[in-house]
Formats: sequence, C-alpha cells, structure tokens
Amino acid sequence: MKKIRCALIGSGNIGTDLIYKIQRSPVLEPVWMVGIDPSSEGLARAREMGLKTTAEGVDGLLPHVLEDNIQIAFDATSAYVHAENSRKLNALGVMMIDLTPAAIGPLCVPPVNLRQHAEKVEMNVNMISCAGQATIPIVNAVSRIQGVGYAEIVASLSSKSVGPGTRANLDEFTYTTSSAIEQVGGARKGKALAIINPAEPPMIMRNTISCLTDDEPDHGRITESILQMIGEVQKYVPGYRLVNGPIYDGNKVQVFMEVAGLGDYLPRYAGNLDIMTAAATCTAEMFAEEILKGSIRLEPVV
Amino acid sequence: MDLKGRKITLHDMCLRDGMHAKREQISVDQMVKVATALDAAGVPYIQVTHGAGLGGNSLQHGFAPHSNEEYISAVASKMTQAKVSVLLIPGLGTMKELQSAYDCGARSVHVATHCTEADTAPQHIAFARKLGMDTTGFLMMAHLNDPDGIARQGKLMESYGAHTVYVTDSAGYMLPDDVKARIGALRAVLKPETEIGFHGHHNLGMGIANSIAAIEAGATRIDGSAAGLGAGAGNTPLEVFAAVCERMGIETGVDLFKLMDVAEEIIVPMMEHVVRVDRESLTLGFAGVYSTFLLHSKRAADRFGVPARDILVELGRKKMIGGQEDMIMDTAMTMARERGLLKAVAA
Repeated sequence: MKKIRCALIGSGNIGTDLIYKIQRSPVLEPVWMVGIDPSSEGLARAREMGLKTTAEGVDGLLPHVLEDNIQIAFDATSAYVHAENSRKLNALGVMMIDLTPAAIGPLCVPPVNLRQHAEKVEMNVNMISCAGQATIPIVNAVSRIQGVGYAEIVASLSSKSVGPGTRANLDEFTYTTSSAIEQVGGARKGKALAIINPAEPPMIMRNTISCLTDDEPDHGRITESILQMIGEVQKYVPGYRLVNGPIYDGNKVQVFMEVAGLGDYLPRYAGNLDIMTAAATCTAEMFAEEILKGSIRLEPVV
Repeated sequence: MDLKGRKITLHDMCLRDGMHAKREQISVDQMVKVATALDAAGVPYIQVTHGAGLGGNSLQHGFAPHSNEEYISAVASKMTQAKVSVLLIPGLGTMKELQSAYDCGARSVHVATHCTEADTAPQHIAFARKLGMDTTGFLMMAHLNDPDGIARQGKLMESYGAHTVYVTDSAGYMLPDDVKARIGALRAVLKPETEIGFHGHHNLGMGIANSIAAIEAGATRIDGSAAGLGAGAGNTPLEVFAAVCERMGIETGVDLFKLMDVAEEIIVPMMEHVVRVDRESLTLGFAGVYSTFLLHSKRAADRFGVPARDILVELGRKKMIGGQEDMIMDTAMTMARERGLLKAVAA
C-alpha cells in the first residue's frame, strides 16, 4: 500500500521516538531526518534506521522535498525556529505538525478536533504540550455534557523526562496549556500547573483534571462521557489510564490519570513525551488517509 | 561557636506560609494589621501572598478571599521601613504575575524550585533582577539533595542572578548537622557577596536550633514566622529566634518585646488551630513530607476514612514533593480502595 512520505525536523528524543511510531504506521513512511549537528546521535541512529539525514537544518532538506515527495513534516525543534521552518516547507506544499510551543497554527487534540482540521486542510497544526494532550480530552468530555466555567489541570512529570527547552521556558508551557484548556477543552477559564518530580525510579506521568460545572453535575452522564473519551485516547496511547475518580464534590468533578508511554525510544515513565509523539503520529495518519483517499489535496502556501 | 556581633537579616513568613495554616483565609485588614505591627517591630522583610505564592489561587492550593495584588498593594502602602516580598514557584507562578506584584509594591522575591530543579528558574530570576528586586533562589525540600547537589543547584541559582540562595527545609526533616553540611557546601562554592539563607519548619522542634546551625555555617538570612504561623508545625517562631539571637549577641535589628507582642496579641488569636508539633505535623518531619500537605491530608482522612498519618507516610514513601497536593486525594482514594472503604468507578 502507498504511504505518505514524512520528514522529521529535530534529531533529539522526540524526533527519534517519532521514527519508531511512524515506521509502524500503515500510511506513513519516515524518509528524512533534519538536524543541525553532524555528530548528533539522533542523526546517526536515523541513518541506521534507513532514513536520509542532513545536518544543515531545514535548508538542507528543501532541495529534496519535491524529488522525494515529502508531504508531511514534524517539527520537534523550538518555538523560535518553527515559524521559519513552517514557512519554507508550507511554500513547497508540505503540511506541518508542530510539536513546539510556537502554536502558529490551530491547536490539535486528536479525539476532540482532529477531524475538523483535516477537513479544512490546515497546513500547520500545533500539538500544544504534553500536559495539554493528556488533560484536554477529559476537560472536553465534561464540557460537551455541561458548561464548564473553570478547568484546572496539574501535570506531574518525572525530572528525567523534561528537557532543557521546557525547563528554560516553563512560563510558555503554562500559557500555551492554559489557553488550550479554554480553546479546545471548552472551559471558559483554564489554568495549568506543572510539577517536576526527581524521584527514582522515575514516576510515571500523572495528571489531575478538575472542572467546575455551571450547574449541579450530572454524575452518570459525565462519568460515561469521560470513560468514553479515555477509550478514544487509548486507541493511540494504550497507557492512558484512569487511576481514581471521577469524583464529585458539589460542582467540582475531579479525575486522576496516569500516562505510561509505549517505551519505543523513550522510557515508559515518559508518558508525557510519548503522548506528544503518539498524538502527532495520529494527526499525521488522519491527514495521510485523506490524502491517499483523494479527499484532500495539499497545496503550496504562497 | 561564638556568634557575637554577627548581623542577620530576618524575613517574616506569617502572611505567606501562615496562609497555609489558615486555609488561605486571611483578610486584607488582618494582613495590614500584622504587617504594620511587624514593620513597627523593625522586621526588615515581610512576605505577603497566597501560601503557594504568585499564581497560587487554584483548586489545587485553595482560593484566598483576595488577589495577591490586593494583599500586596494594601500592605506595601503602609510600610515605613519593611520591604514586601513574594514567593514565586515556576510552573505555578509566571513572570506576568511577578511584574504585577512588583507594580503593587513588592521589592523582594523568593524564586522557589524543588532542590534538584534549579534550572526551571533562570527566566524568573533574571526577570526579578531586571525589575531591580532583591532576588533569592529558594531550594525547597533540601533534605532530598545531598550537600554537593545543593551546592551545584545553588551555583546555578547564583549564575541566573540570585543575590541569595536558601536552603529550605520544607518538610522540617533536617537536623542541625544536615543544615550545616548543606550551608557549608554552598558557602564553599558561592561568591563571597552571594548571601545564604535558611528557611525552617518546626515539625521536629528544630526550627531554632537549625537556624542557629545555619548561621554558624555562614547563613546571613533567616526566615521565621511570628508565633510560628506557617505550614505543618509552623515556621521557626520568629520572636523565640530573636530572643535566642539576643542572648547570643547575634544582631537582628528587631525590637524583641514588640515582636513578642505581635505574636501574642495579634497572631495567636488569629489561629484556627494551635500551630504546634502534633501527631500529624510530627509525621511530616519524621517522614520528610512537604509541610503544606498537613491540612490537605487531614481533609482526605475525614473524607475517605484513612488515617492522615498513614496517608502522609505513604506520600513520603512515594517521594511526592511540594505542589503535588492533588496526589494526597489520589493516594487517600487508592488506600481507601485497598482497605475496602471505597469502590472503584470503572475500567
């Protein structure tokens, strides 16, 4: 079966984990990996796995886009260079999946709004943040039943799974995730809290989601909606697990989740990184299926 | 050791850490009354915010009746000599909130991270310096990192621009030798002009002894709280510490009798429970658990029928740290289920 050919920009942990996930996909094929350091381990590993590589950044990829028929690119670099990467690749008709906090395109949480983005043939979609991917489905599961005035999420991440980029820009993480809780989760006000825990052995990613409903929450319908949503996320992140709740206290609904990764390249405790790569892969697959069916066509953005 | 003539800067915590002991329910009027009296007693720094600092108002940490801006403005406008300080924990508070606190009159900040995660604070420390604030890097739960580790983390804080680096005994777990080892390791690596501070909790009754040990090892800033109003068994009781300093010839510049009056006449009547070493706060100190977990675990105990001490010991075993208050409820529910007190919802 024909597959859509992909490029991975950024040769760090996320980019490397993406190779594994994309290689398993029935509709995607990883072809290029782009780095900036010729001696990087990530590029060496990509070559061993059969990918073409360049250490010249996105400019090193551009001359090969058309001849290698690259149609989807994943950007796992940084918010600072993403806009430029996206502009250059969009101009060649390559659709961008943004795993940085740049968020120049619409925010995407697969079970909530991916179909919408694919139908509109968005040429750049943003994957928000790990905490966003792990918690917004639950906020949406509540807000699709009853109005949510306020939603708050607490993400606990193992210290080993949080890279220097996130560490140096924690405010960005807070702002991006809070605003996505509103825009995609459907809460009128959102707040995100992050905790980095150094315990050994590393703790598996935990997330607590709390929603305040406008009216007395309908326990039965909200619980059913949440369980259904968990099932949707489990389709691409099998380690997405309800630990406790939903528990109700007046207008407050609380859900306690755990996210274990698949352990492809990243260790299992790093569910926070895995849910990003899994959601990004799932997003690319939806676009790829539509392209292969001929129902959408990617056009150069000029 | 003879500490005669040493000069120490005191920093009062009862209007920030004390918020925890009051379930965040201190009014603006009470804050102004306390701060005015502390100012008159010569306390040079007074911390004023939600217990969890800037951005603290949340379901996770409770909602105070007023915004941080309201508290800070009201207090700052009444100070004759004291500087108002705030707490900022990256991941919860942001630089926007720090700017806003500064605009309301805050001139000093504790930028706090867990004792191994200093590298989550570079932006915030640099921004505080840019605002011209007295800037502290505050290494919380310091018992969970060894002296060399604390020294490396403190060096990072200093490299981002911190004027002062604190060893923060958030769990009230440390003994005087633990404090000395960490402060000594910091003193060995930090620049001579970088100050070192100690923030104690009294869960093992060691607040004063630990603070004196810190001074012996080179600390020049000490956090305490009038009447000890703070999380767990409270902070180092400031008036008691000031009295000990006076006996030892350590210069704090505060008026001891005035400080005693603030504690006795204003703070003690405000307390909802007597802040002291009781069974649960002792458990915090013994098991090395974040002091703020005290009241949360008591509430979870009431709701799910698992004793608070059992919950706290389990949280210590799971190495939960400051900010993970949601894991108290989660842990209590899991324990209740294992004990047949709670039924699983589904899947």
